[in-house]
Amino acid sequence: MSVVAHRSAEEIGRTALGPRPLPPLGPTREVPLPDVVEHVLSTGLRVLAARRASVPMVELRLRVPYAARSPEDTAVAEVLSSTLLTGTATKDRVAIDDELATVGGELNVSVDPERLAVTGSALASGLTTLLDVLADVLTSATFADDEVARERTRLIERLAVALAQPRTIAREALQRKRFGDHPITREMPRPAEVETVTAEQVRALHAVSTVPRGSILTLVGDIDPDTAIAEVERALGGWSSERTARELTPPPAPKPDDLELVHRPGSVQSQLRLSAPALTRHDPDYSTLQLANLVFGGYFSSRWMENVREDKGYTYGAHSGIEQVPGGAVLSVETDVASDVTAAALLETRYELARMVAVPPTAAELESARAYAIGSLAISLDNQGGLAGTLTGLAADGLGVDWLRERPARLSAVTVDEVAEIALRFFTPTAFTGVVVGDAEVIGTRVRALGGVS
Amino acid sequence: MELHRATLPNGLRVLIAPDPNTPVVAVAVHVDVGFRSEPEGRTGFAHLFEHLMFQGSESLEKLAHFRHVQGSGGIFNGSTHQDYTDYFEVLPAAALERALFLEADRLRAPRLTEENLRNQVDVVKEEIRLNVLNRPYGGFPWILLPPVLYDTFPNAHNGYGDFSELEQASLDDAAAFFDTYYAPGNAQVTVAGYLDVDETLRLVEKHFGDIPARPTPPRPSFFEPLPENERRRSVTDAHAPLPALAIGYRLPDPGTDLDAYLGHALLGSVLGEGEAARLQRRLVHGDGLVTDVSASAGLMGSLDARDPDTFTITAIHPAEVDPERVLAAVDEELDKLAAAGPSEDELARQVARWSAALYQETDREVYRMLGLGARELLFGRAELAVELPARLAAITPDQVAAAAAKLRSSGRGVLFVEPKGEQA
Repeated sequence: MSVVAHRSAEEIGRTALGPRPLPPLGPTREVPLPDVVEHVLSTGLRVLAARRASVPMVELRLRVPYAARSPEDTAVAEVLSSTLLTGTATKDRVAIDDELATVGGELNVSVDPERLAVTGSALASGLTTLLDVLADVLTSATFADDEVARERTRLIERLAVALAQPRTIAREALQRKRFGDHPITREMPRPAEVETVTAEQVRALHAVSTVPRGSILTLVGDIDPDTAIAEVERALGGWSSERTARELTPPPAPKPDDLELVHRPGSVQSQLRLSAPALTRHDPDYSTLQLANLVFGGYFSSRWMENVREDKGYTYGAHSGIEQVPGGAVLSVETDVASDVTAAALLETRYELARMVAVPPTAAELESARAYAIGSLAISLDNQGGLAGTLTGLAADGLGVDWLRERPARLSAVTVDEVAEIALRFFTPTAFTGVVVGDAEVIGTRVRALGGVS
Repeated sequence: MELHRATLPNGLRVLIAPDPNTPVVAVAVHVDVGFRSEPEGRTGFAHLFEHLMFQGSESLEKLAHFRHVQGSGGIFNGSTHQDYTDYFEVLPAAALERALFLEADRLRAPRLTEENLRNQVDVVKEEIRLNVLNRPYGGFPWILLPPVLYDTFPNAHNGYGDFSELEQASLDDAAAFFDTYYAPGNAQVTVAGYLDVDETLRLVEKHFGDIPARPTPPRPSFFEPLPENERRRSVTDAHAPLPALAIGYRLPDPGTDLDAYLGHALLGSVLGEGEAARLQRRLVHGDGLVTDVSASAGLMGSLDARDPDTFTITAIHPAEVDPERVLAAVDEELDKLAAAGPSEDELARQVARWSAALYQETDREVYRMLGLGARELLFGRAELAVELPARLAAITPDQVAAAAAKLRSSGRGVLFVEPKGEQA
């Protein structure tokens, strides 16, 4: 490779002029968030619509609270989400897809312990078609026996693939460790549970659970909000039920505990997953905790990432974030590291948590985190899909677009002292629980010897 | 869409695409070297070098690049493809000059040190463990399929690299790679978002203009003869619960016959996109042979590489299904399309889906900018991003039928992924 004449590495890194100063920032450019028009249909469906005409598209999000009534519901709901688009009284799966494709449209269905979600988009000129297809599947999905049987088989095969993913194994272990047997832990059914799901069960669940009261439908795009809401009223007015969509009960707050070592034979990496209680978006100190978390491990320029990746080379990525759960919030601290450095990486993780308490974030660290929080928020909302998803998630939590508009001001108001105080409250290493997933025969001795791992 | 072009005296190309409706600006440097250009014995080097470019430069200590981008409210990344490497950031529009400064400093004088090299070899190994070695279907099909379909090192080798070769990478390799490929005449700056065109061009000149010109490497041809028959290979996947297969075919050269290439792209959609697609109906639902199937043009995305590139069909299937049955059913569906083509409506629906997807790409400044930049670098035509819906709409059923016939009459590579057995 070194056959051609070239400069040395040292020569490349030097110029006659020498190092140059960083240019200052220019004038700030603000693009206000659009107004959100809100309307509750007589059926109880809450509709949000906002105009953002950046491209001639419309984004759709439907969120139906979908808490299980019994442990079996998890498997039934998963089959339901795989079969909702496979046929109605008037159309088969191919006809449904053809109709959507005609307007460049898509609908996708997913379910988790909290909600059933339908995510869609279409050319803005096809909004009527998109809503008509949605209304058709919501009110007259047939869940035909043969479609349920086929999707059940596929789901079992897909679950086998998902359950072989280390990130899934670690997620399941973490959920059990921090939330015990609360239904929030049932993110994925076992293949054996799916095996016995019948079409009747799916139809019954759809009838009682897929209901408009308590649900939210959001439309963002090149639309007139009032016209779009009238369209929703026309198309979805017939979707009704006496029942109210079922919210998941709050899980217990995670309790401090030893990390649980979970054996995954043959693993060449280990997953470290630590967790502790955090604050909800309603809490006046939420912005402060968000900034403290950024400094710890919430972005690339965080203490933890700079330590375990850029200094030590233990990992490709390390991230900590605040996860909202019903009635509360949790801090999740996550990295995947090579097996032979698992104990070392855990030691550094605890060190950085403790350092948040002992050596609180500096003014410079806070300013960087603040600029990132404000800038990355604007970037994430600068497209129809990002805005639609964010508005839906906030609405489900009782928050509106004003909360988003006021975020930069709230973040700007946070002081160094407040961050120091919140770090003291939330980052004590002994406040955490969690799991270490890896090949116990390789990592077990050293990880256990650190203490606090069982 | 408004596009402005310039070339600085040192050879650096500039592409500017203003968007008055956004609060952000997106900046990228595309360098005309990808993993196909890395030398034998140094697999994975182009990607490793991409990592090194984040490790500091004359005016920026290690970690400073990340801190300045994020501390200005922005996000960043880089990626290594077959024929190019991109470095990019998206920031509030106020940080435009800062972004240009950060990109220029490392294109002028990156700080290549032994310590950073060793650190990033470790980081890249973790990236490979995460994305390939420790998960089911890692590297399927982008690493595993090319060696079945291609004979020459540039096209066939693993772009992520072998650990032993990554470990042998030296600082002198890095210096040679930079001096050879990162000449300003081999790179392009793309700026999109909220900006003033003249001011942006002035800032690009201010920060990049004094990078001395260096010889630009001749662009190699990676052409190799088309395979004449079917080649097969099996690999074992220690983590996969179900067998999988991938079929690779050669695509027409998008640089010389774009319509034929787009005919293949639409063939991929007709075969695999949505519930109504031919292979979904036949393999997933009709015969129940596979769990999931997909078909697409371009190993790392459509119009993301120069010739040669790969048309790929992949499927994951239950162990009890003989993969020969899957192959036979794929061939039958291709034969049907070769004989009768898709219907006009069937094709129009796929074109509508492509148009919608292109709008969604355009709606995110980062994807809009990267799409413009890559097409400009590879094909000299950023306008492709704008023209594609109309170009696709003009493709006829006969052209899609011709693409299907071409696949049927040409050689191909078939990769079988076999589970190791009892799973953890």
